[in-house]
Amino acid sequence: MGIDLPLIWAVIIIFGLMMYVVMDGFDLGIGILFPFIKGKSDRDVMMNTVAPVWDGNETWLVLGGAALFGAFPLAYSVVLEALYLPLIFMLIGLIFRGVAFEFRFKATDAKRHLWDKAFIGGSLVATFFQGVALGAYIDGIPVVNRAYAGGGLDWLTPFSLFCGIALIAAYALLGCTWLIMKTEGALQKAMHDLARPLALATLAVMAAVSLWTPLAHAEIADRWFSIPNLFWFMPVPGLVLVTLYFFFKAIERNAHYTPFLLTLVLVFLGYSGLGISLWPNIIPPAVSIWDAASPPQSQGFILVGTLFIIPFILGYTFWSYYVFRGKVTHEDGYH
Amino acid sequence: MFGLEALDLARIQFAFTVSFHILFPAITIGLASFLAVLEGLWLKTHDNTYRDLYHFWSKIFAVNFGMGVVSGLVMAYEFGTNWSRFSDFAGAITGPLLTYEVLTAFFLEAGFLGVMLFGWNRVGRGLHFFATVMVAVGTLISTFWILASNSWMQTPQGFEIVDGRVIPVDWFAVIFNPSFPYRLAHMAIAAFVATAFFVGASAAWHLLRGRDNPAIRRMLSMAMWMALIVAPIQAMVGDAHGLNTLEHQPAKIAAIEGHWENVGDEPTPLILFGIPDMKEERTKYAIEIPYLGSLILTHSLDKQIPALKSFPPEDRPNSLIVFWSFRVMVALGMMMIFVGLWSAWLRWRGGLYSNRLFLRLVMCMGPAGLIAMLAGWFTTEIGRQPWVVYGLMRTANASSNHSVGQLTITLVLFVVVYFMLFGAGFGYMMRLVRKGPKTHEGDDTPHGGPGQKRTPARPLSAADEGSEEGQKDSLREGN
Repeated sequence: MGIDLPLIWAVIIIFGLMMYVVMDGFDLGIGILFPFIKGKSDRDVMMNTVAPVWDGNETWLVLGGAALFGAFPLAYSVVLEALYLPLIFMLIGLIFRGVAFEFRFKATDAKRHLWDKAFIGGSLVATFFQGVALGAYIDGIPVVNRAYAGGGLDWLTPFSLFCGIALIAAYALLGCTWLIMKTEGALQKAMHDLARPLALATLAVMAAVSLWTPLAHAEIADRWFSIPNLFWFMPVPGLVLVTLYFFFKAIERNAHYTPFLLTLVLVFLGYSGLGISLWPNIIPPAVSIWDAASPPQSQGFILVGTLFIIPFILGYTFWSYYVFRGKVTHEDGYH
Repeated sequence: MFGLEALDLARIQFAFTVSFHILFPAITIGLASFLAVLEGLWLKTHDNTYRDLYHFWSKIFAVNFGMGVVSGLVMAYEFGTNWSRFSDFAGAITGPLLTYEVLTAFFLEAGFLGVMLFGWNRVGRGLHFFATVMVAVGTLISTFWILASNSWMQTPQGFEIVDGRVIPVDWFAVIFNPSFPYRLAHMAIAAFVATAFFVGASAAWHLLRGRDNPAIRRMLSMAMWMALIVAPIQAMVGDAHGLNTLEHQPAKIAAIEGHWENVGDEPTPLILFGIPDMKEERTKYAIEIPYLGSLILTHSLDKQIPALKSFPPEDRPNSLIVFWSFRVMVALGMMMIFVGLWSAWLRWRGGLYSNRLFLRLVMCMGPAGLIAMLAGWFTTEIGRQPWVVYGLMRTANASSNHSVGQLTITLVLFVVVYFMLFGAGFGYMMRLVRKGPKTHEGDDTPHGGPGQKRTPARPLSAADEGSEEGQKDSLREGN
């Protein structure tokens, strides 16, 4: 038995979630930035920059949920039960936003502001509670006899609330740099002005989470600060600073594409840091991917279909983005 | 809330979200096949009426598909959030089946939906038809997986229990469990019939308002052929499904029939109407027809069916609800068969497109298929209680450990948000229906789609009409 199925499945799910965070991150960010831009025509352009791709982005969230159920039923049941309220609020935010997205374009001028508010509110709620859920997950979920052993409001901690705000900052930065890349003129200028403060805010929240986690969790501190791990992992925070240095340079010379690409690097680094802290636990702090795995005949059964279908989804995704490359202007009617 | 316990609230929440959700996929399944038939007939006969109908219904299909995706997002997480003990216990089997359902749906969307909705006049006719057929087949494959999962929960096999959890031993046995073929056939046909009545009601509405054109007539005619041929087939499939249930879930049948005890060798009567009382263990005010219960369920005049009292009280499903939900389903089914027969009579004697009484009935029957489908699902799901996995795990042991307060908050949120947002979506679909089919629509190439810069690739954007009356309105009277 040479194949480590739980490891393969962990990689697939981590990859899927990464795709989700990167891609839904910037389109949620656009909803968060909506209040900063007042004009209808600029708002139309903002929405149009993600209109062709946003629902494909959420595909990864559904796939992540279903794959977690099939491959790690214990994690699916315990984590989802523990994070019940934040996840339900997140889902309702996403529904709101999804429907608002569609009907805003079909609404009359008199009613459009309602859908605008639904879009802003949905994006904020979804992002905030995604962050809260993430924070509560990092904080750890007690498991006794394969069942969640905490209370209904255990997720509600200063740390998780802070993570909710942190994610709003990070997604806003993603959305902001995405718009710098995809737009021009006054809208791009407005985003350009927002980029620096948002980047600093993101750095601040990343630093706070990076310090807070090892201080609160001895095992995470141990993971990072023991020798020789320290030497292996030190580049991660180092790279964050290097990335930000180039980010500010890029903003200064008014680059269009580089800020977004560097923000992706930043998100990737944050994600890696998280991975280093938690690996190989799928229910922190104690249940590993091997403990939570469904039997090999289940994981193997779905691996066949997944390996067949994921290349199609990836191919289609890249194609959509390729077709949709370049600037979006006021003249472009995506509807 | 209203003195309900956490378990009741959890069940109501799941019932509410899944009932709302199933309406969209049911119409998706039916319309996808309808569209494939329309396009096939157009390619074969070159009659542009079929093409106009294709374009009309593909927009409604697109909006409906979008609603199904959004409401389905919740379902992918609800098994874990609300039924975590079940997910851990049975996840090794139901998890992979759900994963396959999602994979199929996305494969379909990634591969063929874009071509189907936006590829008209851009790809060859043959390729476009192929995409439509693949979408139709894909919806049925999705149905296949989700019903395999549900049927396994009703009649589990192909597994063993290790350390208190289910482990799959034979996937073929898991998927093709005893109730699966019946349930799959019954549900797929239900989706077809429900869609046919939805289509027929739309045509009747237009005809009653004096909008009479060949496309609208063709719509009504095709829907009524479905009612005439498929509604009776559905009754036969339902009968076979019932016999299968009698074999594997006798308590469900006893509850559906409100049948409490067998007296001597007396053949089982059929209770037409009555009020089953779970406390008094009898069906009050029963109107019975002797022998008929035996005749329908055992196809004999002397065999008895199992009675509720032969099951311990804690193993009995709620007879009051399933007795009536079953009768609602059957009554609507009879009505649908009647509409089919009446349509055949009018087709033969004339008046199919002008008999106002008939058209009014067809219009009122528009939601009949969907209501019957929901009633059927209520019957089978409440009828399998108190088990979530039949004979293996009780529903009471399956739920997550949430408080009444939490469940109340989320339930109220779901109800408000679903009615508001999906209400808007449904209203928009109705508005598209009211516009009616346009002629010569297929001469144009649709704007955008995947591979095109001009418009998004999302299903909902395939319908570009405004959501308000009078806006961008190209409503034409009568054509």
